[in-house]
Amino acid sequence: MFSNPDLLHFIFGRLSIDSIPMFHEPIVAVTFAAVVLGGLVVMGALTYFRLWGYLWNEWVTSIDHKKIGIMYIILAIVMLLRGFADALMMRAQQAVAFGDVAGYLPPDHYDQIFTAHGVIMIFFVAMPLVTGLMNFVVPLQIGARDVAFPFLNNFSFWMTTCGAVLIMVSLFVGEFAKTGWLAYPPLSDIVYSPGVGVDYYIWALQIAGVGTLLSGVNLIVTIVKMRAPGMSMMKMPVFTWTSLCTNILIVAAFPVLTAVLVLLGLDRYAGTNFFTNDLGGNAMMYINLIWIWGHPEVYILILPAFGVFSEVVSTFCRKRLFGYNSMVYATVVITILSYIVWLHHFFTMGSGASVNAFFGITTMIISIPTGAKVFNWLFTMYKGRISFDVPMLWTIGFMLTFVIGGMTGVMLAVPPADFVLHNSLFLIAHFHNVIIGGVVFGMFAGIVYWFPKAFGFKLDEFWGKMSFWLWTIGFYFAFMPLYVLGLMGVTRRMSHFDDPSLQIWFVIAAFGAVLIAGGIGSFIMSIVVAVIKRDKLRDETGDPWGGRTLEWSTSSPPPAYNFAFTPVIHELDAWADMKKRGYVRPTSGFIDIHMPKNTGAGFILAAISLVLGFALVWHIWWLVAVSFILLVGGAIAHTFNYDRDYHIPASEVVATEDERTALLAKQQA
Amino acid sequence: MTMANNTASQTEAPVFYLKEEHHPETGTMLGFWIYLMSDCLIFAILFATHGVLGRNYAAGPSPADLFDLKLVAINTSMLLFSSITYGFAMLQMEKGKIAGTQLWLAITGLFGIAFVGLELYEFHHLWHIGATPMRSGFLSAFYTLVATHGLHVTFGIIWLVTLMVQVSKRGLIPENKRRLMCLSMFWHFLDVVWIGVFSVVYLLGVLG
Repeated sequence: MFSNPDLLHFIFGRLSIDSIPMFHEPIVAVTFAAVVLGGLVVMGALTYFRLWGYLWNEWVTSIDHKKIGIMYIILAIVMLLRGFADALMMRAQQAVAFGDVAGYLPPDHYDQIFTAHGVIMIFFVAMPLVTGLMNFVVPLQIGARDVAFPFLNNFSFWMTTCGAVLIMVSLFVGEFAKTGWLAYPPLSDIVYSPGVGVDYYIWALQIAGVGTLLSGVNLIVTIVKMRAPGMSMMKMPVFTWTSLCTNILIVAAFPVLTAVLVLLGLDRYAGTNFFTNDLGGNAMMYINLIWIWGHPEVYILILPAFGVFSEVVSTFCRKRLFGYNSMVYATVVITILSYIVWLHHFFTMGSGASVNAFFGITTMIISIPTGAKVFNWLFTMYKGRISFDVPMLWTIGFMLTFVIGGMTGVMLAVPPADFVLHNSLFLIAHFHNVIIGGVVFGMFAGIVYWFPKAFGFKLDEFWGKMSFWLWTIGFYFAFMPLYVLGLMGVTRRMSHFDDPSLQIWFVIAAFGAVLIAGGIGSFIMSIVVAVIKRDKLRDETGDPWGGRTLEWSTSSPPPAYNFAFTPVIHELDAWADMKKRGYVRPTSGFIDIHMPKNTGAGFILAAISLVLGFALVWHIWWLVAVSFILLVGGAIAHTFNYDRDYHIPASEVVATEDERTALLAKQQA
Repeated sequence: MTMANNTASQTEAPVFYLKEEHHPETGTMLGFWIYLMSDCLIFAILFATHGVLGRNYAAGPSPADLFDLKLVAINTSMLLFSSITYGFAMLQMEKGKIAGTQLWLAITGLFGIAFVGLELYEFHHLWHIGATPMRSGFLSAFYTLVATHGLHVTFGIIWLVTLMVQVSKRGLIPENKRRLMCLSMFWHFLDVVWIGVFSVVYLLGVLG
């Protein structure tokens, strides 16, 4: 019976024993062994310490925005290790593969690595970092108990995670796309990419995209509807403002990605002719559409980083932010402009001089509000009492590095210059310059800044500074050579070079990548050391940095309900205002607090989506049908649960708050 | 110090927290509206795609060869009537009448089923004469746009049945009213999109 090929094909679709690359790829085999061993150790530890129940009740099913935020950031750090491993492999390959030396990666494998690197770093590192920070910080900054739709928040997180899992599965079962991170057709069409790689790409991004979109809707409504009384729009902290703009961008950009990936999927699965070379297809349409999403996407990533820097710079200079109004308007202008620049990603593709000129000029205009922001941060530092804590170091590193990246960006915005630099390593250096120097530095600044709020103790300072210096110096070693190579005309995505005179630059770049590896290691060390030394680093005030915004007014970590009483806001920088005007923390009169209930539905629905995605990748149609029906049925079943909330009894609030009163009294004694 | 604070806060201690439980207004309607706008963008992309590929017949059939405007007119009226009947259901809901709400919801669902049925019949007919989505860029864009709308209506019908069951089980409680309002926005939104489809794809295709 099992020799019947039709039956096997029915059960497993395209999946067969040959699809498992670890039997013929030693690198994958070793990685797989490490993952299995690591996984077994973690599962063993969870079982030994009886943590499964805790994990399920307190984290997996949690609808607490703070825990979901933390989980997003853990996901991002795990995926950063994967994405960075890809980066190291590429740097190693390009440092050795000259002339007769082919290097250790066959082109087929190298192409998957650069695609996976880009997709993972953008969708599963940068996005979860940004979403995680927004989730954790925004409700605290606006004095809310949770987000507007707590269940959706949990569901969004698990959808993002399941997208990441599907990409990780592609490492061990089948292959990943070899098309580059945006999967341009006709290369990504079924004719030129018949394997499962592009299908993994499509379904991983679609599953994660649902999560991103819903989380965008959620945070917009949270910010618009749930601000504490008195907090008008122009009294919102800058990070909340940038979060609002980012989420508007998410809601207005991600549907475009969803639609364009559906069309690509139809071309691949149903044989339609959207982006094909014949029968009336138009591949350029894909490139336009994907960048209509893609350009706002880079602002989705950078705006929250700008918000972090604004909070950090005013806190660590002991001043209110210089030019709050102009900061808000600059953010809004960037939000709007980000929609009318997309064509600068393909000046060379024949749009003509007028169209190129229009998009070149709009692109250059974006540097004006961005420049205004840089000056605002500088003027905030001017005559400030600056303390060089780790978040401030990241901020200064950002200001220097990002300005360089911005200037090379303006160079690329000049269409004639772009004709020379397009698709070269100059471009690679440029966008790593702004993404690492902007987004990554910003997220590290944010993590170090808000870590004590989340866990009640600071991160280790020595390792934090090591991380900053290794990252920064490593960045310059890794990417300045690529600017040089790009100006010499070296194109991107090459796995082998003939000209030996180029090699020294790639060796320097590889050295830089090793320094960055040290930076990532130091960052993890700063967490590990902090956990070990947590009693020494503990902060019992809830306000370790002398913060200015509401999140620093509650305890660290905050109670499940965030604020025992909803705060009332009179001024921008509400907490600084409260401290200045002698706010006295209430110690009695607590009442029941209304809160949403935990649920496992989000995790279960996302897990079914993961199975659905896997079945679609491998054409296992019976499983597609079963999981789709389960998904719809499960979603409907969830709507029959009307029991969504509960009250934290006043007695419990009293106990929590009395504990804090005692801690604060001990501080003052 | 801003203007607002110059008045009372100078003399007496300002209020920094509410002593009672604070209930921010529910954001469901706003959230659902934002979701609808994101969905609208998906349709916008499909319309744009149709705009770019709509004349790429690849030596295949054109809209004038394929579309029967009479059939599409009947189909359109089904959907427009269903929007009116949904409105009647909402009026009944406002009066708190469960039976009336259910009746009009059921009629709305039947109109919806008629619409989807006619659309499937049209697809079946086109497919039968060789006008498949694989035939040309135009047909790919046509089927995708129209079928995406049809799929939305289908999900709307499933949602409608679900809500009818929930109303029959729990009555017109605030949660159910809120859900009916959401479906109402969804349903009318699909109506508006269909007017775009009817005008751009069918009318401009055949007559334009």
